[in-house]
This record gives sequence, structure tokens and C-alpha cells, in this order.
Amino acid sequence: MDDTVRHLAFTSEQLEDWDTRLLIFLRTVITSARQLTIEIDLSGLPPGAKRLLSLSEAVPEKTTYAKSAQDFLVTRIGRTAINLFAKIQETATFTGEIILAFVNLLIGKSPFRARDFFYFVQACGAESLPIVSLIAVLVGVILSFVGAVQLQMFGAQIYVANLVGLGMVLEMGALMSGVIVAGRIGAAYAAQLGTMQVNEEIDALRTIGISPVGFLVLPRMLALMLMLPLLCIYADIMGILGGSVIGVTMLDLSLIEYLEQTRKTLHLSQCGQGLLKSSVFGVLIGYAGCLRGMQCGRSALAVGEATTSAVVTSIVLIVVSDSIITFIINS
Amino acid sequence: MTISAPAITVKALTMAYGSFVLQRDLNFTIAQGDIFVIMGGNGCGKSTLLRHMLGLKPPASGSIWYGEENFWELPDDGQARILRKTGILYQTGALWSSMTLAENIALPLLHYTDLPPAIIRELVSFKLSLVGLAGFEEFYPAELSGGMRKRASLARAIALDPDFLFFDEPSAGLDPISARILDELILELRESLGATLIIVTHELASIYAIATNSVFLDANSKTMLATGNPKTLLRECTNATVVNFLTRGTGNREVRTV
Ligand SMILES: Nc1ncnc2c1ncn2[C@@H]1O[C@H](COP(=O)(O)OP(=O)(O)OP(=O)(O)O)[C@@H](O)[C@H]1O
Ligand SMILES: [Mg+2]
Repeated sequence: MDDTVRHLAFTSEQLEDWDTRLLIFLRTVITSARQLTIEIDLSGLPPGAKRLLSLSEAVPEKTTYAKSAQDFLVTRIGRTAINLFAKIQETATFTGEIILAFVNLLIGKSPFRARDFFYFVQACGAESLPIVSLIAVLVGVILSFVGAVQLQMFGAQIYVANLVGLGMVLEMGALMSGVIVAGRIGAAYAAQLGTMQVNEEIDALRTIGISPVGFLVLPRMLALMLMLPLLCIYADIMGILGGSVIGVTMLDLSLIEYLEQTRKTLHLSQCGQGLLKSSVFGVLIGYAGCLRGMQCGRSALAVGEATTSAVVTSIVLIVVSDSIITFIINS
Repeated sequence: MTISAPAITVKALTMAYGSFVLQRDLNFTIAQGDIFVIMGGNGCGKSTLLRHMLGLKPPASGSIWYGEENFWELPDDGQARILRKTGILYQTGALWSSMTLAENIALPLLHYTDLPPAIIRELVSFKLSLVGLAGFEEFYPAELSGGMRKRASLARAIALDPDFLFFDEPSAGLDPISARILDELILELRESLGATLIIVTHELASIYAIATNSVFLDANSKTMLATGNPKTLLRECTNATVVNFLTRGTGNREVRTV
């Protein structure tokens, strides 16, 4: 625009129809016209458009929520650090509350409901069996395939039984049942508790003096800690059976031979190692799921984030703790 | 119990989420037997104020007194003793979704009393019939309409015959008739329980009909603009924002109740 423009007016007699795009165009024009201190005359516009334009200018500034869009890098780092510190504090409080609730349970002062506990036992245990069976059998099959290809070259197919047996009992049984339960149960815990947080159900418990940790978290965690080792044993057995199917059908071993070889390989201490791992996983999955649920914000979006984060946290914790335990035991 | 003894006193209260201050310097008194209304626009911090009074969120600064006791300085069992005397109707209802209505109402009773199951069952169906939900014992909250859920959680709030009843927008989402019935129910509860009621509401009709005292929070100035009987405020208050709210933006200072 050159400097000689003094006056801006509109005419709309020819205009048959218009929509919001016209308003956006007009607003851009008007804003730049104002900057150049050009006089604006809106009288030629369709009356509806004129009203909408003035409405869009009348929207008051948001005063209730003062989130600044752009911060300096240092401010952001500082804020992240403060948030991190608050998170750590929250986590520590939660851990303390769990221990306290557990002590209360032992001295019989907990709001713990046996019915809830058995409900979660069923959800973690019985209802996980089909998927654990499937995955464990397939893992046994995969292990024995991988072993068979190598061992057949030396005519040592019988050692496939060792490989599958040890692989399942030491590692894969605990790991696979842990990952499945993290996905099935850890996620469900986070979603349930998160939704209860959104619906103020947890506040409602607090205000009638019931500790949400004792009432909601403890039965969930205990059920998981009890059922995961059992699932692990079950997965071990299914995996060995899966391996034996390959042994019998493809390696010309008899079922008795295969199982006998497995029995000779496995010692009780090795089963113990797998059980130890799955007990630790049980605590970690229950902890991660419940922690994320209790930390959940007050929106549907936050519940989704809590669920995802529960699964990711559980799986990371499972793998890390698995390697730490393996390292300690073998060194 | 003298009628005008201060039941709850809020002193120099500041509410904040992190560094985001909602309200500062709140001072008001709720007397025994009051129907106290907390008013203000959306997002000015009314629900948060209730959370402070109910022990769910410690204040950024200032204090809340129940009688002669500073709530946030009390040890846990002292706070529990006060909370035992409160009942809350949450903005969203907040019934425990994994339990039936009967279990929802029975839980506070089971937690705080040693009553035998038969009596608890009778108390539960009595409270449910008070709010017009007789026969709904075995329903889950998800099987009820929004208004029925509100009423059910009112039944839970009065399960322990509390001295202090807190309501967060009790009539939001109710049809006009139900809202009116709820108002009457609230009034009757006060008569029969002798409770002090603290209500967050936007319903001007209910405010004039039932409130005996009130406080007005404002989001822009981040503090309270007035406290007192709403009818008196309507006649005498000089603050433009308060008058605007109380007259629904018309400036007409006549009390209109339904
Ligand atoms: N957990 C939270 N973290 C950060 N800010 C929050 C949180 N909860 C609420 N707020 C903010 O606090 C303000 C007050 O919220 P509050 O729920 O107390 O409002 P209200 O007065 O009850 O509003 P309404 O009338 O809509 O119920 C809002 O601006 C909201 O954005
Ligand atoms: Mg609110």
C-alpha cells in the first residue's frame, strides 16, 4: 500500500454468499490498515459479517491461565528440573505409602477388601493363561528351531532339549510372562486408577479417611506379585512342551528321550533363578502401573499417557532388572 | 451449639497451582448452621477452595480453622476426626465405579462404625429412599443417568450424618424440576441434620432461595470481592463485577426467585 491511501471502505452489493474465510481476510486487511492509520469504514459490509467481526474483537484476554508460550532456554531447563524434583518426591512418597499400607495390612488395620484381591488374582492369573500359553509355546518352538539348525550340524540334536529347557527356565519364561502381564495388567491398573483420579473417586476415598493406597493399590500389587511367579512356572512348562513338539516332529527324538534330557539338565536352583526374576518383575509391574495411575492428571488424555507410560516403564524396568539379576547371579 | 459460633474460618488464604496463583488473601467466616454459597466465574478457583477445606490440597499460605483448630496444622488423626464430620458431593459425582450404589453408601459406614451388616443395609436403603432412589441398591453408577448419579452421591455424602456438607455445583446437569427438588432436599437436610452447608453454585435462583451467607471470588483481581448474605449484597454491594454477576448482567436489583 502506498502512503496516499487515506480511507478504506467496502462494498458488498454484488456479494451473494460469504463464509468465515471472508472474515479472516477482512481481519487481516483491517489489522494492517490500522497499523498504517488508515481510516476504516465498515458500513458497506453485510450486517452479519460486521457483527461477527466486532464479536471476534470483543473476546476478552484470557486472564485465568497465564501460560507463556515462549520461554528462554534457561527457564525451560529450570522448570524441567523443578518438575523432575517434584516427580522424584512424589515417587518416594508413593513408595513410603505402599510400605505403610503393607504394614497396616499385617497388623490388620487396612481397608483391604478380600473380594477385590480375588478379583485381581483372577484377572492376572486365570485370564492371562490363554495368551501366556500361546506365547510360551511359540517361544519354545522358536528356541528349538534356532538350536536345531546349529546342533544338527554336529549331530547333537538331543541338546536342543538343554537349550530350550535352560532358555525357558532361566530367562524366557519370566521375561515373556512379565512382558505379557505388563501389557495386560500393568496397563489396566494405570487406566483404572487414572480414570478414578479423573472422576474424583480417589479424592472421595481420601476424604472419608480411607487410604487409596491401602484400598486400591495394595490388592492390585499383591495379586500381581502372587500370580506372576505362578504364570512364570506355567510359561516354563508350556515352552518346554513347545520345544518338544519340534524335537519329536523334526529331529526324530522320542518324547520320553526329550523330556528325560530336559530333566537331567535342569536343577532346582535354576528354576529358582527364574522364579526370583518373575517375583521381582511382579513388584515392578504392579508398582509402575499403580504409580502412573495415581500420578495421572485430570483428563482423558492424561489417562492415555499414564497407560502408555505404565507399559513402557514396566518393560524398561523388566529388562534392566533382568540384566542386573543375571549379572549378579553369574559373577 | 449456638447458632452464630464460627464453624469454619478462612484466614489470609492463598491458593496456587505451582507458581500460578488462583486467589490470594481470602478471609471469611462460615457460621454454624449457615448455608454458605461460594460464587464466581468459571475457573476462579471454587473447586480448589473446597479441596483446601477438605484436606485434599494444602494451601500455598494462610490457614483454615474448624472451630478452634487449625486444620492444616493438625496431625493426621486430628484431620481424620474433622473429615469424619464432613460429607461431600463432588462436581462429577465421584461414585466409586467398581461398586454398586449400596456398597458406595455402605463404605463410609463400614469404615467409621462397627454397625452390624443388617443395620448398615437398612441405613443404606433409607438414605437411598431419601434421595428418591429406593430400589436402586444393586445398580452400578454406570447404569444411572447423570442426575441420578448426583442424587446417589448425595446419599453417600449424608451417609455419616455429617455436620458439614460440601456441594460442588449440585444442580449442574439437572432439569429445572429436579434442581428445585434438590434445593428443597438440601434445605430439609439442614433442618434435620443441623448441618452447615457449603455450596458452590451458579444457580442464582437457588442462591437467593437458600443462601444465608456467601463469598464472591473473582478471577481477574485474583481475590474475593465480597462476602455476606447474597440478598443484602444484591441491594447494597457497590462492586460492579459482583452486581453484574448477581443480576445476570442486567443491573436490575430485584430479587427474583422461582
Ligand atoms: N491440577 C491442576 N493443575 C494446574 N492448574 C489447575 C489444576 N486444577 C485446576 N487448575 C486451574 O485452576 C483454576 C481453577 O480451577 P477450579 O476447578 O478450582 O475452578 P472452578 O472455580 O471450580 O471452576 P468451575 O466453575 O468451572 O467449576 C483453573 O483455571 C484451572 O485451569
Ligand atoms: Mg469447579
